[in-house]
Amino acid sequence: MMGEEFVVLSLAPMLIGIFAAVACAIPGNFLLLRRQALIGDAISHVVLPGIVVAFLVTGVVSAWPMMLGAGGASLVAVGLIEAIRRLGGIEPGAAMGVVFTAMFAGGVLLLEQSDTSSVHLDVEHALYGNLESLIWLDAQGWASLWDIGALRGLPPELSRMALTLVLVIALTWVFWRPLKLSTFDEGFARTMGLPVSLIGLGLVVVAAIAAVAAFDAVGSIIVIAMFICPPAAARMVTNGLEAQVAWSVGFAVVSAVLGYVLAGYGPLWLGFDDAVSAAGMIATVSGAILGLAAAFGPCSHRSGASASAS
Amino acid sequence: MVWDALTLQLGYNATLVTLGAALLGMAAGATGTFLFLGKRALVSDAISHATLPGVALAFVAMVALGGDGRALPGLLAGSALSAAVGLLCVSALTNRTRLSEDAAIGAVLSVFFGFGIVLLTVIQSMSSGRQAGLESFLLGSTAGMLRQDAVVIASGGAIVLLLVAALRRPMTMVAFDRVFAASLGVNVPRVELAMMGLALAITVVGLKVVGLILIVALLIIPAVAARFWTDRVGRVVILAGVIGGLSGYAGAAFSATAPALPTGPIIVLVSFALFTLSLFAAPNRGVLAAVLKHQRFRARVHERQGLLALAQGQPIYEGLTLRLMQRRGLIRADGVATELGQAQAAQALRDERRWQVLRSNPAYEEAAASYDGLTPLDDVLTPDQLGALDRELRPKGVS
Repeated sequence: MMGEEFVVLSLAPMLIGIFAAVACAIPGNFLLLRRQALIGDAISHVVLPGIVVAFLVTGVVSAWPMMLGAGGASLVAVGLIEAIRRLGGIEPGAAMGVVFTAMFAGGVLLLEQSDTSSVHLDVEHALYGNLESLIWLDAQGWASLWDIGALRGLPPELSRMALTLVLVIALTWVFWRPLKLSTFDEGFARTMGLPVSLIGLGLVVVAAIAAVAAFDAVGSIIVIAMFICPPAAARMVTNGLEAQVAWSVGFAVVSAVLGYVLAGYGPLWLGFDDAVSAAGMIATVSGAILGLAAAFGPCSHRSGASASAS
Repeated sequence: MVWDALTLQLGYNATLVTLGAALLGMAAGATGTFLFLGKRALVSDAISHATLPGVALAFVAMVALGGDGRALPGLLAGSALSAAVGLLCVSALTNRTRLSEDAAIGAVLSVFFGFGIVLLTVIQSMSSGRQAGLESFLLGSTAGMLRQDAVVIASGGAIVLLLVAALRRPMTMVAFDRVFAASLGVNVPRVELAMMGLALAITVVGLKVVGLILIVALLIIPAVAARFWTDRVGRVVILAGVIGGLSGYAGAAFSATAPALPTGPIIVLVSFALFTLSLFAAPNRGVLAAVLKHQRFRARVHERQGLLALAQGQPIYEGLTLRLMQRRGLIRADGVATELGQAQAAQALRDERRWQVLRSNPAYEEAAASYDGLTPLDDVLTPDQLGALDRELRPKGVS
């Protein structure tokens, strides 16, 4: 299982899965604490029309126009939600529900209307992603990791996702203190002179970048699951923010690795021929981790008192 | 073609589907209103995504038992069961742990949906059971719907509608104020259970028509749209039902006219169009009404300031003020006041003096609170009070 075949078939998708999971989980911690956890859900729905429009305009399936389209669609959605909330005096949850369902419906309609059957652009691809197909054909085994020529054959999603992850980590690192302050005590942060609403907007933008980058490679289910499940599980384990982020990264990595392995090799162990959806399995594993953390986590209760303390 | 569809001329099956979608939309709009008023609109998102594993498991179970995997009642029963489990998970995560409700919703919807997709890929690799078409539960499809399917959907919608009508009073009370409802002896947990049960029923019934990703739109959008038109709960419920029904009817009819018009998205887009119309055109709460109100207010401020300037013999330079006053016949084109203008200016100045006195006198504290620089004092005080005020005013005016 760890031989040449593994390097060719599983190394790249597994790394992409891990990078995507961690890139989503880190901003997810702050979204969770700010009670904006469902923004990930909304973003992953609204990127569909953006991607379709980008395809219709450029006529090709390539990364940059699609990322731009998805980013533009997320911005439109954030603007629309805010406009409906202000103009109509509608509570944020309902405004979000109106906007993301309508935009997703528009995206699906555009897909059906345009002739996209020749490319791998369809609703199921948007939901499941195509993690399993991101294989590294040029690899000859572990030695290829030091072979420039073979490395060029790596799926481009890998470098994009790695870049996104580095960006997310760097931004979180640089803005750690203002982010922490404005998340836990907005009023205090404001008296300190921090631009609180700008920090909030920046967080949403970073979340959108992570979501869009991950969406292309792994589909939208992982995006929603990774924004919420690892941070939520980490929140049950610890009370400190630093520790929570660290735990959530750990949970995200475990979900990605275990989910990928179970999806790819689990059915074989059980005697079936075909692998199951890796994206779906990663989301399922993250849910199982959350369930375990909710049941046995030392800090799972609201009081923050240790439930297992004797 | 579109007209044929809207007047139900596209054949028996299309007619049945259109009527079923209309009933479903009405029931969804009315049910969703209570979720929306109780600020729990997005719970329906978790419910709908949690139906997928149930659909898949029901398919597998029916095939394993040797039946047709696509029998609609069986699939709906399975989806109801797994949606109920999802709902239980949301409430357990919200009540038993420190997670907030939105995090619980997000966790449940993504994990159940992910697990459902794992099961779908398992089914795709099964050789038996004619699984084609199971994906239509994602986005809804009425093409190839059987007569008994349409009957199941229409009667399901009708039953939910009747239940909403029967339970509207306790549900209204709980949606607005649980504590107050409990103090009146309403069994709050049971009513909330009923509310969630109805949302679950709508989701399950709507799966085949709208699809599980978009059914949440039919629960939220009509209610939000209806809220613009009225402040009375009963009317919001009825209007949301009407908007939902119209969306279902028109959406299903449009989508029957061409194969590339998927049913679910079209229904959602029709309801979004009705929402947009409401957002802009509704009286009182609509954007257009707010703009008009603002315009009128601005015109009154400008006119009042213009009159005060006239009364004190100051020149007016501001363009809008000049235009407004000329249109009302208060000044001539060269800026000189007409007779009417002089009369009204004197009145405005007197009113302003009266207000000044009134606001400096603590005895009129209550009336002074309504000062906005526009309201004529005659609207605020009784003639007796006005007389008293003028007596105070006179010595100052003389000296």
